[in-house]
Amino acid sequence: MSTVGIIMLVHTAFERAEQLARHWNAAGCPVVIHVDEAVSTKAFSAFKTKLSDLEDIRFSSRHRCEWGSWGIVAATQEAGELMLARFPDVQHVYLASGSCLPLRPVEELIDYLAERPNTDFIESATTADVPWTVGGLDEERFTLRFPFSWKRHRILFDGYVALQRKLRFSRKMPNGLTPHMGSQWWCLTRQTLSSILEDPDRKLYDRYFKRVWIPDESYFQTLARQRSQKIESRSLTLSKFDFQGKPHIFYDDHLQLLRRSDCFVARKIWPHANRLYEVFLSTKDSPANRTEPNPGKIDRIFAKAVDRRTRGRPGLYMQSRFPNHGWENGTTSGQYSVLQGFADLFEDFEPWFAKATGARVHGHLFAPDRAHYAGAQGVINGALSDSALVRDYNPRAFLTSLIWNTRGERQCFQFGPADNQDLTWTMAGDPNAQISVISGAWAVPLFRSNKNFSELRAEAADLQKIESEFLNVLRSPHSKARIRIWTMADFIENPMEHLQTILDEIGFKSLRRLAEAPKMNDLTGFGQFLQNLKNQGMHPYLMGDFPVVGNPVGVQYPTPKPYLVKK
Amino acid sequence: MGLIQSYRLRLQRRRWLIRAFRKRRELKAMSDHTAQVKPDDILCFTTMRNEKVRLPYFLKYYRDQGVDHFFIVDNDSGDGSLEYLMEQPDVSVWHTNKSYKRARFGVDWLNWLQMKYAHGHWALVVDPDEFLIYPFCDTRPIRALTDWLDASSIKSFSAMLLDMYPKGRIDAQPYREGQNPLEITSWFDAGNYMINKNKKFGNLWIQGGPRARTFFKDKPEKAPALNKIPLVKWDRKYAYVSSTHMLLPRGLNLVYDEWGGEKASGVLLHTKFLDTFTQKAAEELERRQHYSASVEYRAYAESLKDNPDLWCKWSEKYINWRQLEILGLMSKGNWA
Repeated sequence: MSTVGIIMLVHTAFERAEQLARHWNAAGCPVVIHVDEAVSTKAFSAFKTKLSDLEDIRFSSRHRCEWGSWGIVAATQEAGELMLARFPDVQHVYLASGSCLPLRPVEELIDYLAERPNTDFIESATTADVPWTVGGLDEERFTLRFPFSWKRHRILFDGYVALQRKLRFSRKMPNGLTPHMGSQWWCLTRQTLSSILEDPDRKLYDRYFKRVWIPDESYFQTLARQRSQKIESRSLTLSKFDFQGKPHIFYDDHLQLLRRSDCFVARKIWPHANRLYEVFLSTKDSPANRTEPNPGKIDRIFAKAVDRRTRGRPGLYMQSRFPNHGWENGTTSGQYSVLQGFADLFEDFEPWFAKATGARVHGHLFAPDRAHYAGAQGVINGALSDSALVRDYNPRAFLTSLIWNTRGERQCFQFGPADNQDLTWTMAGDPNAQISVISGAWAVPLFRSNKNFSELRAEAADLQKIESEFLNVLRSPHSKARIRIWTMADFIENPMEHLQTILDEIGFKSLRRLAEAPKMNDLTGFGQFLQNLKNQGMHPYLMGDFPVVGNPVGVQYPTPKPYLVKK
Repeated sequence: MGLIQSYRLRLQRRRWLIRAFRKRRELKAMSDHTAQVKPDDILCFTTMRNEKVRLPYFLKYYRDQGVDHFFIVDNDSGDGSLEYLMEQPDVSVWHTNKSYKRARFGVDWLNWLQMKYAHGHWALVVDPDEFLIYPFCDTRPIRALTDWLDASSIKSFSAMLLDMYPKGRIDAQPYREGQNPLEITSWFDAGNYMINKNKKFGNLWIQGGPRARTFFKDKPEKAPALNKIPLVKWDRKYAYVSSTHMLLPRGLNLVYDEWGGEKASGVLLHTKFLDTFTQKAAEELERRQHYSASVEYRAYAESLKDNPDLWCKWSEKYINWRQLEILGLMSKGNWA
């Protein structure tokens, strides 16, 4: 008979439990099985009969094992007593469940434990130091009383907790114990387990822990600290929990992952994971020189899953992720640039900017006629169409989709007062947005157009009003985008320096610095044009001051060697 | 939500249930194998008309995923669908020649069958041209999903409708009976979906995809809804309100996370756009048995006359669920 005894807690999937009991037993381990009292007598006796051909299998008396309640501890205690009394050769007692699966041959576990005869493997940490608990009850698990079932009487449970908090009710640990918590699945030495079970104060402890919340994660964990000669604070059972405190489940497709983990036992296994049971319950040989369990990769996968569930992918809006306003954890999925006025001021600005940044540079995405995508495409990544109607039906979805669809490639687009303004607040509040505005540059196309002056005047008045509202949004304390605003007059004094600032922030590593400036539109007579507007009673002010006669200050064609200008 | 609103929804749910109960008389059981249904079986509910050519693959697909029993309402097919279904050992089939429209597009009929047979079961409601994709569906049967949902106390599972289409004319490649329709309709739109929240029922309203891009580009607000909640741990008090887009009680519609996280979700691959579609569209236009006087079918008929090609340069070719997950159309949530 082996020196390792197995306690199995079973409440469902009896065929699997039987398989496991046989597996443990075949390796010579005595097994004590506890079956939940909620299981019908018929099912229980059928299960018992099936295992009757095996020696060294005992059934301990049944308790009701409701999650979070004392029953599980009581069951474990009795099974432990039975194990110690009936199997005197047992040196280590391993607590497992019916949905645990040994991943390595049992002999390896026996040898491993035989080499460490005085070590208790029990995860045990003080509550103050670990953020494991779900639902806010950590310290209070021990200081409050929990007579009501969390599963069945949630209202009473919550109400009683609230009441105790209000009354500042607080219990003291008996004999000044320090509360410890950890995985329910442990492996204790005979000495430690028997000294816990035979403790003269056990009645006192039991009475206390009966009203603790989830005592199966703290009873042995706390008491073992008092008794053990040597604690290894880790569980030999690989068991991961999700953000709601429910165990992650293993399926057939985890086979390789489990194999490489080198863990002795894993839980929880899906009862229908036939391949896992087949493979792990039949392997006799094992790759050489396996030593310590190494669940790192599994840890990472499950940590990622929890992160996906709790934080999600920033900037993604979909059927199962639709965050409330302010909870998006990023309005958009990547950085983008909004350029206002540049395409008005410079000739062929977009191709030049694309070359200088390596980004995708669109025209006016929010133009009234359609979305002007780079390269005049009718549809773009993700099959996003250029229809203005579809876009304006849900502009926010349009923008977030565009940024999401082009992940990995920076998007830049032109914006202007003639465009749909629905998203000004969204963009201004988005830390991913880089918004650069040359205010008043919308006047340049008007100036260069051949329209009647009365039309021009009306249009200029509209555009100025809209742009001024946009600037107010950008200047509001709620905006989080990286925002730069120049008046047109300021900008053209030293265009290269300002452009360089934008480019530096985009961070495209070009080997050369800007050698070639974009060509500015001819502004001869622009001052006079503005004056004419003023004479009509429409005062354009957003572009700054322009002299009425001659070229505006600073305009030079072409800018000679701009890198000399920059300090 | 106020008490009054909540009470109103409760009344509405009652009304739908009573209506479903009354509509039971329109259904005539043609082949009733419901006695074989075991307590934890996974059930599939479908209503259809003239889909004989699709049925063999449809049944195979869901049998392979682990559906245990099918409940099908045949709305007066004339193509041998009914006879075919009556031969299937795991299909119970009901016949009706009553109005599809007046049964609220089949919802009343299925609500009744679900009320009667699905209580306490996981019930999947899909059309014969919809194929459910869920996380890990290539390695785990649907029971793995429902067990996990049970363990996580989740009662409803969302699967957005993803319109699939062929490259080239819709009628270019003929569909053979028993063939996987995805061999023909293997393309989809990856990132042009628009979501609004329905305040009253709490569900999301999703529009977009190829239909919004081509048929409804001039009236996007009319584009069909793509949000669906096809898999529910059914209770006889539940009722679908409009197709499988939304349910009552409204808590079942909260299949999305509002605090930035992602809940687990799947996709319904919608293989409507086969060569059979052109004919079907013409027929449905005549019958006028579809939603808002078949506005959808009218739009189709118009667009399909000149250029029945939904494919574009940025269409995405379907590979597997992981691709859909990466594209953000569905999510594993915390299932790993």
